[in-house]
Amino acid sequence: MKILVAVKRVVDYNVKVRPKSDGTDVDIANAKMSINPFCEIAVEEAVRLKEKGVATEVVAVSLGTKQSQEQIRTAMALGADRGILVETDTELQPLGVAKCLNAIIAKESPDLVIMGKQSIDGDNNQTGQMLGALSNMPQGTFASEVAVEDGTVNVTREIDGGLQTVKLNLPAIVTTDLRLNEPRYASLPNIMKAKKKPLDTTTPDELGVDVAPRVQTLKVEPPAERSAGIKVADVAELVEKLKNEAKVI
Amino acid sequence: MSQTPLLNDRDIEFLLYEFLNSEALLERPRYQEHSREVFDATLATAKTIAEKYFANHNAKGDANEPTFDGENVHLIPETQEAWDAFAEAGFLAAHYDFEEGGMQMPEIILRAAMSYISSANISSTGYPFLTLGSANLIHSFGDEAQKAKYLPPMMDGRFSGTMALTEPGQGSALADIKTTAKPQDDGTYRIFGQKMFISAGDHNLTENIVHMVLAKIEGAPAGTKGISLFICPKFLLNEDGSVGERNDVALAGLLHKMGYRNTTSTVLSFGEKDGAVGYLVGEAHKGLAYMFQMMNEARIGVGLGAAVLGYQGYNYSLDYARNRPQGRLPSQKDPTSKQVNIVEHADVRRMLLAQKAYVEGSMALCFYASQLFEDSNTATTEEERKQAFTLLDLITPMVKSFPSKYGLRANEHAIQILGGSGYIREYPVEQYYRDNRLNPIHEGAEGIHGLDLLGRKVPMNGLAGYQALKDEILASTEEAKTIEETSAWAKSIEAALASLDQTTMSLLGTLGKGEVDLGMANATVYLDMFGRVLVSWIWLKQAIIAVKALATDLHQDEENFYRGKLQAAQYYIQWELPEIDYQAKLLQSQDDTCLAMQDAWF
Ligand SMILES: Cc1cc2nc3c(=O)[nH]c(=O)nc-3n(C[C@H](O)[C@H](O)[C@H](O)COP(=O)(O)OP(=O)(O)OC[C@H]3O[C@@H](n4cnc5c(N)ncnc54)[C@H](O)[C@@H]3O)c2cc1C
Repeated sequence: MKILVAVKRVVDYNVKVRPKSDGTDVDIANAKMSINPFCEIAVEEAVRLKEKGVATEVVAVSLGTKQSQEQIRTAMALGADRGILVETDTELQPLGVAKCLNAIIAKESPDLVIMGKQSIDGDNNQTGQMLGALSNMPQGTFASEVAVEDGTVNVTREIDGGLQTVKLNLPAIVTTDLRLNEPRYASLPNIMKAKKKPLDTTTPDELGVDVAPRVQTLKVEPPAERSAGIKVADVAELVEKLKNEAKVI
Repeated sequence: MSQTPLLNDRDIEFLLYEFLNSEALLERPRYQEHSREVFDATLATAKTIAEKYFANHNAKGDANEPTFDGENVHLIPETQEAWDAFAEAGFLAAHYDFEEGGMQMPEIILRAAMSYISSANISSTGYPFLTLGSANLIHSFGDEAQKAKYLPPMMDGRFSGTMALTEPGQGSALADIKTTAKPQDDGTYRIFGQKMFISAGDHNLTENIVHMVLAKIEGAPAGTKGISLFICPKFLLNEDGSVGERNDVALAGLLHKMGYRNTTSTVLSFGEKDGAVGYLVGEAHKGLAYMFQMMNEARIGVGLGAAVLGYQGYNYSLDYARNRPQGRLPSQKDPTSKQVNIVEHADVRRMLLAQKAYVEGSMALCFYASQLFEDSNTATTEEERKQAFTLLDLITPMVKSFPSKYGLRANEHAIQILGGSGYIREYPVEQYYRDNRLNPIHEGAEGIHGLDLLGRKVPMNGLAGYQALKDEILASTEEAKTIEETSAWAKSIEAALASLDQTTMSLLGTLGKGEVDLGMANATVYLDMFGRVLVSWIWLKQAIIAVKALATDLHQDEENFYRGKLQAAQYYIQWELPEIDYQAKLLQSQDDTCLAMQDAWF
């Protein structure tokens, strides 16, 4: 069984991002970059399936600039067998990413695609779902447990109010939630091994995909600073303030 | 209470790739298989392990010190997870060659990796730290059979190690140790005696503990030339290498410390029954010499430990100062105006700048020493290797002592910045201070390093190391004099170097006249003076890089980073270096106030 995992290069979760002074975008020019935490969980899950003997090959795919190679190497140091970079300098949005991944699926025919439920930069939570539609594959999103058996996969999903388990026919798409697993760290011998694993590069053009952005960013500004709280004398004053000052009721 | 961020990634990157040129190591044959990516990934793994497995129990280990029930030592369970993570990641073996089962990783990259781990929890780092040191001793001086038996399990984390030098009666003066080794017909020895303060001397983290013991073979000559080194495992090994019977080494008790609490400190009894079986390492009577050959390495490690503890206090107090509103600037008379965060007060900034200058200066000093250590082993020509060794040998007393003294002083400032909160255990800075208080004591007390510097390291080989360092410093000042921002500092450092020179000649003159007790009396002041000159130079080197970077188009964060380097250089050279003027005067006058004081007058 072959597993495809998608990994995205994002600003490290420790970095406090700020908007650019002209308000056109967030300023990440100098920020430390890492593998998206949800993608790391996806890699871990795929590697565990391989260690259990369920999967035979784990392929890590990333889309973005040349530097995304670093995140593919990270995935390979964690246990992925090989990597594919879809290289582009264009700003990528969920639909473009989903189309490229769909094209990769056509080439690679994986039995399972595991990806993060969202990336911590865009926070869109769309790519997995779009890929499901484009590829005509069933999807199990927000997975907190994944069990593969006889051509199907049981995915326990974290939903409002509890857990829901769905059974999907393979090939299928799974998006990971935080509780799915605790990703490992790359050991030094595995970091060295990753260096020698194959990493192919392609482009959206070669895949026949137009990744031009469909959504335009108008303005980026920091959230308003919270002003100091006040004490109210009684419920009546609270209601009055909620109504007339906060205008929420 | 939030977790203090570990060190500063940007500073580590600066030290490795701007202050030093670690990427150039890739050109050396030993590192052909590596790449910058591998180095970065190694540091990322170290940081992950530090954050997840070490930082998580730093406070808990302090609050729950190890206990001994007469049979077993108990540590909080997180210690085992930390040990396992360190070992499984491959850090116990990384510096050895590929063919030995290592990763052939450069010293400097592993030092940087170790910095993260120590900064997260210095006392749990004690176990791997001592294991690395004792394995290196076996690696350097053991015979093939010893290496084959002990190194593989020490490299994969099944065995740990200790350094058993100190005794209840002997610490600084190891030449007088009492532990003895009786030769046996089968070529082994039986060891009898007590060792004290032995770190990691007992615990259940590993299947076995390999003690590296200094002892005197019966009938050995007196003094340093009569001391031998032995391997003395807690459990004897069977022929096939499996762990066998208990050796005659017993834990007499645990010691209860001010800091570093999660590292067990032990009193060990060797030979309470019929003698602990010991195996001679290398030749008889050369034990102390072997130990000394490993000292430069071990001392960089202690210096770095002190530096990172200082760094943690700096990070925490900086964050605190940025978020603690208190008072107003002297010019603000309006009582209804908003209070400022204390980082706005010049006096708080003084304490922050002092910390920055001490800890970043200490880190840079230790990284520089690591580079020299690397060069002394892997530089291309014999000439370069010798030069690096000569320099390292000279500066080692400062590499150990400067961070130990000023990392601790940094922690004192951190406590002061937190005010009352700095003094209570609900905040982490008082622990950093308690932990760091060890560093001026062990691995050679501060006073001992003063004696070593003035009595040995400086005069050695016709002042070869001393001259070599002077040349290095003058090369930097020559360059710095051509740069507007740094030229005044360069001149201050040249003047300081001239003053150090006069002082050195004056003291060596006294020693040369045979007035040894007088000449050595104030050696600790000399050590501090030397440290100030050395660290001023380290700051000047950083400043030169910063000025060059600032001449280019930079991101705001980058500009702030380099401006910070310049301001800290200015602080150190303008505020701290001038102290040497009074030190030089005192030393050159051969002041005998302390020497002439009489015991009875106290
Ligand atoms: C937490 C901890 C961990 C340790 N870990 C280990 C370990 O793992 N293995 C190990 O072998 N040891 C270890 N030690 C022991 C440590 O190395 C010694 O404590 C240290 O060497 C000092 O020896 P001492 O305590 O006997 O002090 P002393 O040697 O008695 O020194 C006391 C004071 O006298 C001064 N002094 C001594 N001699 C001179 C002199 N000739 N001239 C001027 N001043 C002098 C010293 O500077 C010092 O200030 C550890 C100690 C501690 C506290």
